[in-house]
Amino acid sequence: MMAVIPATWDMYDLIQGVLQAPWYHMVFEVALVLLIMKIYYSQSFSPDKTVLTEKEKETLVAEWVPEPLAPEVPDDHPILVGMDKYCIEGQNGKYVKVNGKSCINLATFNFLSMVGRKEIEDVALQALKVYGVGSCGPRGFYGTMDVHIQLEEDLAKFMVCEEAILYSYGFATIASAIPAYSKRGDIIYVDENVGFAVQKGLTASRSNIRWFRHNDMEHLEQLLIEQSRLDKKNPKKAKVTRRFIVVEGLYLNSGDICPLPKLVELKWKYKVRIFLEETMSFGVLGATGRGVTEHFEISPDHIDLISCSLENAFGSTGGFCCGKKFIIDHQRLSGLGYCFSASQPPMLASAAIQALKILQDKPHMLVDLRENSEKFHEKLKGIPDIAVVGDPISPIKHLVLAEPAGDPGLDIRTLEMVVDTAMNESVALTVARYLEPEEHLPKGPSIRLSVNCELTQDEITRSVEVIQRSFQTVLQKLRTRSPEVSSPLESVQQDKKSEVASR
Amino acid sequence: MAAGRGNTSGESMKNGLMEPVGGSKHRNGHTNGKHKNGLNGKNGRHEKHSEWQDDFHESFEETPLLVAILTYLGYALLVVIGQIRDLMRAYGIEKDKSCTEPKLEGFVPLFLSWESFYTRNLYRRVRDCWNRPVASCAGVRLDVMERTSPDFGWNFQLTGKKLDVMNFGSYNYLGFAESSGPCASAVHGVIQKYGVGVCASRQEMGYMDIHKELDELVAEYLGVEAAMTVPMGFATNSLNMPALVSKGSLILSDELNHASLILGSRLTGAVIRTFKHNDMTDLERKLRDAVCHGQPRTHRPWKKILIVVEGVYSMEGSIVRLPEVVRLKQKYKAYIYLDEAHSVGAMGPHGRGVVDYFGLDPSSIDILMGTFTKSFGSAGGYIGGSKRLINHLKVHAHSFIYSSAMSPPVAQQVISSMRIIMGKDGTQEGMRRIRQLAWNTRYFRKRLHDRGYIIYGNKDSPVVPLLLYMPSKVAMFSRETLRRGMATVVVGFPATPLIETRARFCLSASHTKEMLDKALKIIDDVGDMLRLRYSSLPSPDFSEKGIQLIE
Repeated sequence: MMAVIPATWDMYDLIQGVLQAPWYHMVFEVALVLLIMKIYYSQSFSPDKTVLTEKEKETLVAEWVPEPLAPEVPDDHPILVGMDKYCIEGQNGKYVKVNGKSCINLATFNFLSMVGRKEIEDVALQALKVYGVGSCGPRGFYGTMDVHIQLEEDLAKFMVCEEAILYSYGFATIASAIPAYSKRGDIIYVDENVGFAVQKGLTASRSNIRWFRHNDMEHLEQLLIEQSRLDKKNPKKAKVTRRFIVVEGLYLNSGDICPLPKLVELKWKYKVRIFLEETMSFGVLGATGRGVTEHFEISPDHIDLISCSLENAFGSTGGFCCGKKFIIDHQRLSGLGYCFSASQPPMLASAAIQALKILQDKPHMLVDLRENSEKFHEKLKGIPDIAVVGDPISPIKHLVLAEPAGDPGLDIRTLEMVVDTAMNESVALTVARYLEPEEHLPKGPSIRLSVNCELTQDEITRSVEVIQRSFQTVLQKLRTRSPEVSSPLESVQQDKKSEVASR
Repeated sequence: MAAGRGNTSGESMKNGLMEPVGGSKHRNGHTNGKHKNGLNGKNGRHEKHSEWQDDFHESFEETPLLVAILTYLGYALLVVIGQIRDLMRAYGIEKDKSCTEPKLEGFVPLFLSWESFYTRNLYRRVRDCWNRPVASCAGVRLDVMERTSPDFGWNFQLTGKKLDVMNFGSYNYLGFAESSGPCASAVHGVIQKYGVGVCASRQEMGYMDIHKELDELVAEYLGVEAAMTVPMGFATNSLNMPALVSKGSLILSDELNHASLILGSRLTGAVIRTFKHNDMTDLERKLRDAVCHGQPRTHRPWKKILIVVEGVYSMEGSIVRLPEVVRLKQKYKAYIYLDEAHSVGAMGPHGRGVVDYFGLDPSSIDILMGTFTKSFGSAGGYIGGSKRLINHLKVHAHSFIYSSAMSPPVAQQVISSMRIIMGKDGTQEGMRRIRQLAWNTRYFRKRLHDRGYIIYGNKDSPVVPLLLYMPSKVAMFSRETLRRGMATVVVGFPATPLIETRARFCLSASHTKEMLDKALKIIDDVGDMLRLRYSSLPSPDFSEKGIQLIE
């Protein structure tokens, strides 16, 4: 019945209903409304409601002591010290200069080595001459430059999608996209290992979240079956509850790839939409860099929304979503980070246009990147005392201790020492940082390695040697330096003390 | 105190009763159709603060009743026609040109038909007034690319023609959106030295010397102990607020706060209560209630109370009654989060925002937030405050851990323009721009008041809203001013209350007197055509004469 009559009949029905109602019905309704208003405005009766006198209130105000705005963070907090110690001088490219020393950069997501490319700099300089730096307004209010439109068109064409929408910041892209579609009452199935931006998008959407174990399709299917059982009990509710699966293409937190073919199969079987977060896989996976869809040779038509960042492989700033026009266009009025933020500086849009051109001109960069990633993987696997987490072709690798001490804080300190040692030997690494209490799941301590496509065989061999040596030195030191100390924690503390003393 | 409070609340109730049908709620309690000084027009209660109140001049003239009725009728007509056309589309009498969702068997539709009713039937008719593509720097003039729509707003085509128009739409307050000059040449050097990308978060090898320089300069500029910077203004709010308050805390938020503050507040997990726009009586009542009654149900005391306000409200042109907020904050031991997105650079004798405007000590504000998008002609945002606060944010803010650090050329633009504003370049250029903007603001606002338009906001706010009311006039105003060589922004529902649609002019230090006069002439032409002179009040008595310009 509902399928035949369009939604606009609701209005017509309503008017007809009013016209045809008998007079006593109207009188009754009006009386009812008046009664409700009377009840609403009359004072409610609550016997134990305490009424404070002004004096009591003054006392309460005087007595109240709020918590301090921010807890005390000492100036020598390891993170603050670490940031200052490794403050980069000049360009953050394949090599970085830290403390006057040039290091091989294995820390930043500069996969395609776009930072520092002359062609991109030239384009940015040209854009500077035309547009200046800032756009001085949101897209709606004279902040839409021709380069933004061009970049959106280029990206849509490249991703073989109908439309793309550009955001001025990578984090804001997926965090704005999810709440634009999924509202209160809708259901989102999410991989437990998704990144922080996705988690924030989920919170903002206020939908019901169902977490499934990382890359565990059986668990996901189980959840979907459970839901379809519930749906049968309450078909009315099921008819208006939107369902989404949110996964990452290449997981930043573990360096592995989502099983997309299986996800697509589940999508059609259980009628769930897929949102794919490709911040890490865009410009990395697939023969031409289109990401995980191309990697599995699946048509992007099966995916409802793809969200990517221009901040990693493309070396610019910003992000974009792409997909069918009817889906993407909705964000132009509903994507918070799109509507209410100044648009991307035009210069950075030009840089991204150029980066895309370079990628299309030189697809062998992707082959190099894959080969380098595999080489690294192979070599790192040979290092004793550590385990390599991640897919061999992933340019992101997590190095974890094979025998963790059990205390994450302690392990992080060990890894920080490894980073320090490697830095002394001109290899820049970083410990993966998380806000543990805010993350959905605790993340294990790791050193996160990013592979650059331009690294030579020699550089790879050298850096793996340095990594191996650093691990050896640090672990050796922890084991042997103070043999009478049984707990590694104390040995680290001793270590710290001696460091302080030597300063 | 009690008597005073009773008095004002009585007055605001009276105001409430006298509101016209169409009056929006937030007008309550402060102006009721007068150009008003100070708080609720009451004298003698805040002797200490009388200085700022004497000079505090805000205008929110009430909507004329007839106009309100006509506006509602206008919308009603649009809704009826929209319903009829939806019906016609449903039966295929009218061709559906919108991009509709294809029906997928078994899937729950992504969008509900009635949700897009407004977009489809009302917004679509006036879509050409927004998102106009620009082919130049958004400076004092800009090249708008001409568009035509063959199908009444469903689709657009570029004609290839460019219209060179005066820019009264961009937030270019100090005129630093320039593609040449000292800032651009400094940025040029930085692109050559650093490139454009960073590819890492600050805690993970993305912290560069230029970021350090920027942070230190911002702290010095604001007069605070320390500062930190984020590459996106919107994200400065939404990614840092969760590090400040959490569950068990209370956020008292002005009802007209920006979307990023609302999102940020929501992500904190704290309880959010709103108070009437810029209404200090309401704020005090809510603060007092909060401290006395504690958390709902458990009645445990709140962990902290955060008052979230903006410096200049970009849709209203009003300025926060900051001295009063500071007084309340001290009395009730709350914290202030001040978003200076539209006021930093644009307000105050030294361009340091509303804190500077009211001559307050920056340390009396706990969290000073602002953006670089507007006055500095760049992108991104900052938070300034005590060293303790910034240290905490550097370690715990989402933006430092999970998102990319600021692009070096963008940072350099801020450094260069900020140094000019501070006079560190050895010239008076910064001071000249600040004074020019202040002069332009008073001059332009006063002339508009003189001409009988209804203008909202503070006499010193560079955002100047001119009330249009009717939906049809919105589109006409925007198109006609553009045709005559002036780019303006028009805003309607849902960004404003339904009947208070308005045009908004953003003044800039780059506007010359000739440009302002020309703009006034254009507004007059269009205003006469559309009969926009609604004001029935005498023009307020302020002028630009007190401001000394630097040649």
